[in-house]
Amino acid sequence: MSIFSLALTVLIGVLVFVAFFHFSNFLLDYFRLKTPKKIAWENSIRVVIFIGPAFIVLFVFIIYPVFETIRLSFYDKLGDNFVGLYNYAWAIKDPDFKRSIINNLGWLIVVPTLSTFFGLIIANLADRIWWGSIAKSIIFMPMAISFVGAGVIWKFMYDYRGPGDQQIGLLNAIAVALGFEPQAWLTIPIWNNFFLMAIMIWIQTGLALVIFSAALRTIPKETLDAARIDGASELKIFWKIIIPYLEQTILVIWTIITLLVLKVFDIIYAMTNGQWQTEVLANLMYDWMFRGGGDTGRGSVLAFCILIGVIPILAWNLYRHKQDQKV
Amino acid sequence: MKTIRLSSLFSQLLLLIFVIAWIAPTFGLFISSLRDKDVLAISGWWTSFTTTEVNEIYRTEGKDAQVKEGDYYFIKSNLFGEEKGKEIFRFGVTSKNIDEYQVGESALFKDGTEITVLENGDYIWKSQKEFKKKKGKRVFISAKSPPSFTLDNYKEVLFKEGLGQAFLNTFAVALPSTLIPLIICSFFAYALTWMKFYGRDILLATIIASLVVPLQMSLIPILTIYNDFGALFGVAAKSYPGIWMAHTGFGLASTTFLLWNFLKSLPQEMMEAAKVDGATHYDTFIKIVVPLSIPAFASIFILQFLWVWNDLLVGLVFLDKHPSEIILTAKLKELLGSRGENWEILTTGAFVSMTVPLFIFFSLQRYFIRGLVAGSIKG
Repeated sequence: MSIFSLALTVLIGVLVFVAFFHFSNFLLDYFRLKTPKKIAWENSIRVVIFIGPAFIVLFVFIIYPVFETIRLSFYDKLGDNFVGLYNYAWAIKDPDFKRSIINNLGWLIVVPTLSTFFGLIIANLADRIWWGSIAKSIIFMPMAISFVGAGVIWKFMYDYRGPGDQQIGLLNAIAVALGFEPQAWLTIPIWNNFFLMAIMIWIQTGLALVIFSAALRTIPKETLDAARIDGASELKIFWKIIIPYLEQTILVIWTIITLLVLKVFDIIYAMTNGQWQTEVLANLMYDWMFRGGGDTGRGSVLAFCILIGVIPILAWNLYRHKQDQKV
Repeated sequence: MKTIRLSSLFSQLLLLIFVIAWIAPTFGLFISSLRDKDVLAISGWWTSFTTTEVNEIYRTEGKDAQVKEGDYYFIKSNLFGEEKGKEIFRFGVTSKNIDEYQVGESALFKDGTEITVLENGDYIWKSQKEFKKKKGKRVFISAKSPPSFTLDNYKEVLFKEGLGQAFLNTFAVALPSTLIPLIICSFFAYALTWMKFYGRDILLATIIASLVVPLQMSLIPILTIYNDFGALFGVAAKSYPGIWMAHTGFGLASTTFLLWNFLKSLPQEMMEAAKVDGATHYDTFIKIVVPLSIPAFASIFILQFLWVWNDLLVGLVFLDKHPSEIILTAKLKELLGSRGENWEILTTGAFVSMTVPLFIFFSLQRYFIRGLVAGSIKG
């Protein structure tokens, strides 16, 4: 398609929604002024206009699919016949599924921990150094890059050439310079998972960093000064004052990254597609959505497993929301 | 005093290590995208800043270029032709001994002809008999190559590999997928904050629950709906409006939540004053709320735009891989599969896909960070 037809499509698409809100409200106002008596329904109609489109989208794209996916997980490949727990029984026996669960758990432990840890350290370092804001910008930059783009960047880092050839991947070049054999990093089972996690850590540290930076500024300066006057070392201040103060922030960052890691797909799909024992749930699910014409039953079971992973976070969020509403 | 300075030095060093480790991968990609593809395939990007030694093969010109001077026939030309800048220091005429001669020395071919190669690539090939062959002979050289960069890879990727079209497609996906949720969610958030209606609290709780529902839960049912819809009306199941609505659906909860958070902080008296003056909710929304919300809109726009621009999964499921619909990330993934060893294509393609996010990042970093921080306070 040419640039003009694309632009036109985009324009029409957006204008449809602007027009809907404008004309529906316009019509409502028109009839309200025409009828002398105030219509009792006016407010209700206005509410419907305001929340209608968003509610329909929410229902069609989130609420209905959640229940439909759970239903489909008890149905066969095409979603026609009820098969009970058959799909779940298949999953438990499937070696790829087992591998995915183990790998997802590994990701859940390693990535949020290291991202939060690095973010916290860098935020602390950068706050005290005059070129800190430039450093923060650089470390934050991967946040803007797509997972696939990051995949290409790191595949290039991990590139492997035979022992005699000149290495063009930085990691192997360093390994060779230090006197080791070059390795095809992404094909070494178990370890390759960590090389994939490194990519996610590389991206998410920036997120942790900016949030910590914002939170660090809220620590009252008097508290820190008082501690310094009392002769506390910087390390002690870090452990005894800063960490307890940031507890809530640490928890928040942890949950954000955990949510992201549960759904990790792009990195695996682009780098190994689950080969060499790097399979994860989201990639396996995508695979089953299309493998052999697609199996909605098995795909739904896998999606449901990801949902189970987020349920504790969901419950916690709702609980906190309820607490907030009370205040 | 001394210990403080030492610890500060240590902090600086540690931070420097982090910075280098974080920037090196991206920097390497960028440099590689600017290098000649033949050089890129055989040497690391870190070597591109220094003069490197390369071994190459060139062919001399054939009989058409010969001139007769005195008793001898000569072919005088330059090995490099157009591309200059390399400095030869040794050369050879057989593949067994590629650096047999110093520049300036005369080398003997098997047929008895004699060649002299100079530093800049000029050569003089001398023969007693007339040159008969149309094709020249191979000459092996060892040369020093100064750092050189080129934009050829970008031309190739944008126009021959179809990344230019994918770039436009991504815009056509990302702009409405950002603007539509912003429009409908601002009305939604307004209603949740300032209008009284039955079920408001449940709706709010649903939004908060939807924030964390993985998008994988929606893929299969939505794809089924799209396929049925396409079959029913005889239109393509995968289309731009389809993916706009999908992205709107997946971004709805977070957009609404962020806006709701922001609208809550607006002073209630203002809304009541407007109501007393007889303004309808629509007037209040357009004339008071929207102007006040511009900074919040900017942050949310950036977050959602980057999310959509960088998305792969939704694009794979709801759009065709047809050239007129494929998005950048899907195209890049396709290249990873089909051109896995062509690093000049991959590095350049990846960098092209990163241009817009990086531009937004560097020009609007403040709004980006504000959005992220606002989203994280609760989310």
